[in-house]
Amino acid sequence: MLLTITYEGQNTQELGYLLHKHPDRVQQFDLSYGKAYVFYPEVSAKRTTAALLLDIDPIDLARGKLGSRDGGLFDYVNDRPYASTSFMSTAISRVFGTAMGGRCEQYQELADTPLHLTAQLSSLKDGRETELARQLFEPLGYQVTTKRTLLDEKFPEWGESPYIDLTICGTVKLCELLNHLYVLIPVFDKQKHYYTSEAEIKKLLDHGEGWLAGHPYKEKIARRYFPARGSYARRAIDILLAGEPEAQENADTLEETLPEENSGETARTPLNTQRMEAVRDAVLKSGAFTVLDLGCGECRLTSLLLGEAQIKKVTACDVSVSVLEKAAKHLHLDRMPPFRKNKLTLMQASLTYLDKRLKGYDCACVIEVIEHIEPSRLNAFERVIFEYASPKTIILTTPNREYNAKYETMQKNTFRHGDHRFEWTREEFSAWTKHICERFGYRCEIRGIGEMDETYGNPTQMGVFTKNGN
Amino acid sequence: MKLTAIRHRWGCLQKMETKYRIEVPEFCLIAMVGGTSSGKTSFANRYFKPTEVLSSDFFRGMVSDDENCQDVSSDAFDLLFYAANKRLNHRKLTVVDATNLKQEARKRIVSLAKEQNVHAAAIVLNLPEELLLERNKARPERNLPERVVRQHCREVKRCIRGLKREGFRFVYVINSTKQLENLEVVRTRLWNDRRDEHGPFDIIGDIHGCYDELILLLNKLGYRETEVGFSHPEGRKAAFLGDLCDRGPKNAAVLRLVMKMVKTGNAIAVPGNHDAKLLKYLQGKSVTTAHGMDKTISELNACGEEFKAEVAEFIDGLISHYVLDDGKLVISHAGLKQEYIGRTSSRIREFCLYGEITGETDSYGLPVRLDWAADYRGRATIVYGHIADREVKSQNGTFCIDTGCVFGGKLTAYRYPEREFVNVDAKEEYFAPAKPLDTESDADMADMLMVGDFNHKMHITTRLLPSVDIDGNNASAALETMSRFAADPHWLIYLPPTMSPCETSGLDGYLEHPLQAFSYYSSKGMNHIICEKKHMGSRAVIILCRDAKTAQKRFGIADGTRGIIYSRTGRRFFDELETEESLLARLDHVLTKTGFFEDFATDWVCLDTELMPWSQKAQGLIRSQYAATGNAAFIGLSAAVQALGQTGERENFAHIDSAFTGQNINPAVLLTRFKTKREDIERYIQAYREYCWTVNGIDDFRIAPFHILASEGRVFSGETHVWHMETIKKYITGSDPVFMETPYLCVDTTSEESIQKGVDWWLSLTKEGGEGMVVKPETFLCRQGHMLLQPAVKCRGREYLRIIYGAEYLEPGHLERLKKRSLSRKRALALKEFSLGMESLERFVNGEPLYKVHECSFGVLALESEPVDPRL
Repeated sequence: MLLTITYEGQNTQELGYLLHKHPDRVQQFDLSYGKAYVFYPEVSAKRTTAALLLDIDPIDLARGKLGSRDGGLFDYVNDRPYASTSFMSTAISRVFGTAMGGRCEQYQELADTPLHLTAQLSSLKDGRETELARQLFEPLGYQVTTKRTLLDEKFPEWGESPYIDLTICGTVKLCELLNHLYVLIPVFDKQKHYYTSEAEIKKLLDHGEGWLAGHPYKEKIARRYFPARGSYARRAIDILLAGEPEAQENADTLEETLPEENSGETARTPLNTQRMEAVRDAVLKSGAFTVLDLGCGECRLTSLLLGEAQIKKVTACDVSVSVLEKAAKHLHLDRMPPFRKNKLTLMQASLTYLDKRLKGYDCACVIEVIEHIEPSRLNAFERVIFEYASPKTIILTTPNREYNAKYETMQKNTFRHGDHRFEWTREEFSAWTKHICERFGYRCEIRGIGEMDETYGNPTQMGVFTKNGN
Repeated sequence: MKLTAIRHRWGCLQKMETKYRIEVPEFCLIAMVGGTSSGKTSFANRYFKPTEVLSSDFFRGMVSDDENCQDVSSDAFDLLFYAANKRLNHRKLTVVDATNLKQEARKRIVSLAKEQNVHAAAIVLNLPEELLLERNKARPERNLPERVVRQHCREVKRCIRGLKREGFRFVYVINSTKQLENLEVVRTRLWNDRRDEHGPFDIIGDIHGCYDELILLLNKLGYRETEVGFSHPEGRKAAFLGDLCDRGPKNAAVLRLVMKMVKTGNAIAVPGNHDAKLLKYLQGKSVTTAHGMDKTISELNACGEEFKAEVAEFIDGLISHYVLDDGKLVISHAGLKQEYIGRTSSRIREFCLYGEITGETDSYGLPVRLDWAADYRGRATIVYGHIADREVKSQNGTFCIDTGCVFGGKLTAYRYPEREFVNVDAKEEYFAPAKPLDTESDADMADMLMVGDFNHKMHITTRLLPSVDIDGNNASAALETMSRFAADPHWLIYLPPTMSPCETSGLDGYLEHPLQAFSYYSSKGMNHIICEKKHMGSRAVIILCRDAKTAQKRFGIADGTRGIIYSRTGRRFFDELETEESLLARLDHVLTKTGFFEDFATDWVCLDTELMPWSQKAQGLIRSQYAATGNAAFIGLSAAVQALGQTGERENFAHIDSAFTGQNINPAVLLTRFKTKREDIERYIQAYREYCWTVNGIDDFRIAPFHILASEGRVFSGETHVWHMETIKKYITGSDPVFMETPYLCVDTTSEESIQKGVDWWLSLTKEGGEGMVVKPETFLCRQGHMLLQPAVKCRGREYLRIIYGAEYLEPGHLERLKKRSLSRKRALALKEFSLGMESLERFVNGEPLYKVHECSFGVLALESEPVDPRL
């Protein structure tokens, strides 16, 4: 909420001219979300500091003056009015717009001269990504200092604050500094207070002109600048890399980032793709015509299966309606040709409630689902699938916990995904499959998917269950 | 006078004095049969309601705008049959008004009737040709060639004879205008419809010739033998579920006794598969005499031909099942599917005798049966037998009371409406069962929930509110939450309701104040209210059973746990089971010591509590939102205050022209503003810190129970809040520091002094950041006239509200805006959720099926998806 810019050197009062703001006044500017003030805590020949202070109305923010009619974008209890966020970027461009453009009629020469400038920002949210500030500003020639406190000094066990106070110091033109800040502040907390439209791509490129393309972390910057818009980020990156724009009509379908668990295998086929292909092959081998994709997520498997002539019917289920809506989009359901569409059903289903609609299929695929179920509900899950639906073939995959040791970024005793309730070792998985086979009359073949490690096995384990008598 | 009479029980056009009578079942599918101009439509309209008559002309008009357009007949009939099918789904008598002269057309009617398990009836208008020709001439708008009329008349005459064979159960033929003019149509009830019989009944399961046990059971039930057979002095009726004979020692004696009781009106009976087979044998058809039938045959042979004929007549006259007591009770040998109730067909008769068999056999050589009771969702209680088990099997309001007497089990009776079981043990095992009585059945899905009961718009009837509607989208959301996060649904016998705050206060500087809470009740005539301290923790429902066995028996929990602590969304409170178990063990210790279980004659209890510290459950929220906001704000505001201070101290600032306003602002004003903001943040940090403490062990938890919700056989909604508070004090709090008392104060709203005391108490509770208090009426349930009142309203503290409305909410300009808030949605929601919560407890305590209990908890969760301001 507070940005200070300090100019050290000679006749530093001239900073007032460069910023087009009188050093001896406190000026107030109306913004759509509150007010901004510009004032000078320190003015002398050697050292002049200008401050930009935001005064955001928390009630307006919560009540939705800026957001939808009911609810608004933010809660009443929210860091937005106090942290340095995209609000600050907007304020910089509103209040220091001319300076940002590098124009100063009386002092153009000074505006074009690199000066010794220091900028300080309070409460910048880096989410405890300690290297971020350095990664972003050091390549631009700044000296970077950060200060971080405990989240709450009364509860040291809660750990450190996700905010830093940032000081960057370097010899740059004022307009450069302002553009750097304008682009990089929202890169910190990956959240924007306004709707991101395509025009943002141009904004990013304009303000990043002359420095962003050469920035070693430009891809990271672009991705974080468009937090919810992978395709925008991709287009911006493409432009930055290639140097000139090109049409990318299908950018929406491009995969945004690899799942974190794939970090170990960058150059090869992503684990998820390997998994889906292995499952598809197992489905085809089982001789199934009709298939259930239980916990379909964004329907990658379903999509693969729809392309197989052998498969006559695929029913993709997920417990979350919003996931299904996304899947429908991902599959382009609205413009899918009728022949393909007639093979497909999307529906909400729960794997802990008996469901008549799940009966009568040849094969059910339960891909990376079981680990999302509370252990106390596994019994219900087993009965729903193996006893009640009881298709001839059931293909189930789940992470191999042992393999986690190979993921360097993973902390001990954590799971690959925040929603995982457990992850099984190979032995645990094998014991579970035995229990299933005995209880429900199936036989099971276990296979590994992904790179095989001597000690830890494969990252994913797959069980192919076949009903006895088949 | 010559009538075309095709006799079969009903079906003959009877002449009653001067009237001719047509009798049709009150629920059936009727085909009008007659040529053009025969007066079908006038007939149908005269004797049936307009909505009961589906006319082909009407549907022709519907699809083509022309009632006479024959080209669209196919589509018109599709629509007609679609409508007929829908009507029959709703058990509505339906008349198909078309010529129905072609056999194909009639076949379609008969097959629909069969599919819907209703009788098909035909009413034939076989009127003289001359009359029809005359009428045809008089209808210029659809004047047909004479040959068509003649052709129709011939077709009518030709089809009459075959109608019965085609599958029409009742056929009435009207041959003259005289008959037509002197006609009445009477609707009769179905044979199985005995809704006017209210019992009380003693329903007795499969006897299989166990005469001695039957006598013992009848005696135990209070029946006495007189010269006319057994009867009950209080006029109770026995109801026999069939399978009277085979396998057991005294089959003839059982038959004789039952026949006599039925004959004298002291009993009713439905047939079993063994009885049906006996009938076949007695009628001279070939049957296999295995499965213990040989014994029956030799006994009957010894009794002589006359008795055999009597038995045959008796069994032949039995109706497959009965619907009794206003439709609240159904008896049948092998049960009855929900969609069969109130219908009749040979398919249903088969079902009543044998159940639904797949045609496969299990490892014992017994037929595999489909578990119809698992799908049963009807309101009627269904009592049946047929499948022997060691104990009575109850599922979704159905009871199988065949407890295998002949296999050495027991003979069981179900007393209705008392809903009690009475039984006598078998004297011996008369017949070895193919499958031992104690075999666990694999296909038992009774303890599982079906998604079909929950994934759509729901309409729940509760004791407190006649109907609570759950929107389909909210149900979807609840399904997701339940599936992903909730504990085993067997535990979720209650989810707590949301609570509305009191009306916004008009007092300066307050958003909420006790006076509004008091006046909510006093304005509705409730002068005695109770204020309970609101603990700032997390709502936690605790269920504790004395042991894991009770948990299994009463809750169907088989994982060895004996209780649970769950949140208001049905999620297990603790990820670590040891913590939960330790807390439950301490509660158990306290309750055992104080004699709670004995005093309440229960082996389980369900409590509504607040669990502290708040930071335990809300850890993530506190760190990511509350503490983070505090941290960011404090640092940011401190920097701002410092910078502004520095600016104000600058020497050359003195010459600022205060008249020069516009964009300019006085730094001192700004400094004050930001200092205030920083103070607000400090207060806010202080407020949330109040509710956080570090938990190093079980002793650091605090649990404040405030409702004793239920124990075996009881829901404590009839007790006052003071009773709850005092009972909790007596049995739970005081000895173990983990269990905390809830301070309370009673207020009499007719006394100024008492009101002031209440206000003062609230002020003292909230001064240091306390959450505030909950204001409730004296009684747990409270109405004004028919209107259910809020069971409680909360009144939150001034400082506490900073963590709800933000640190700066009390600042001028902010508070005024916040005071504009509407409570009506929140209140409506609170009432619905409260009704559902109480309903689920009642249902659980009354032993209603799992899905009925779950429906309510599910409903509460679904309602939580309603968009309501979360700060209320």
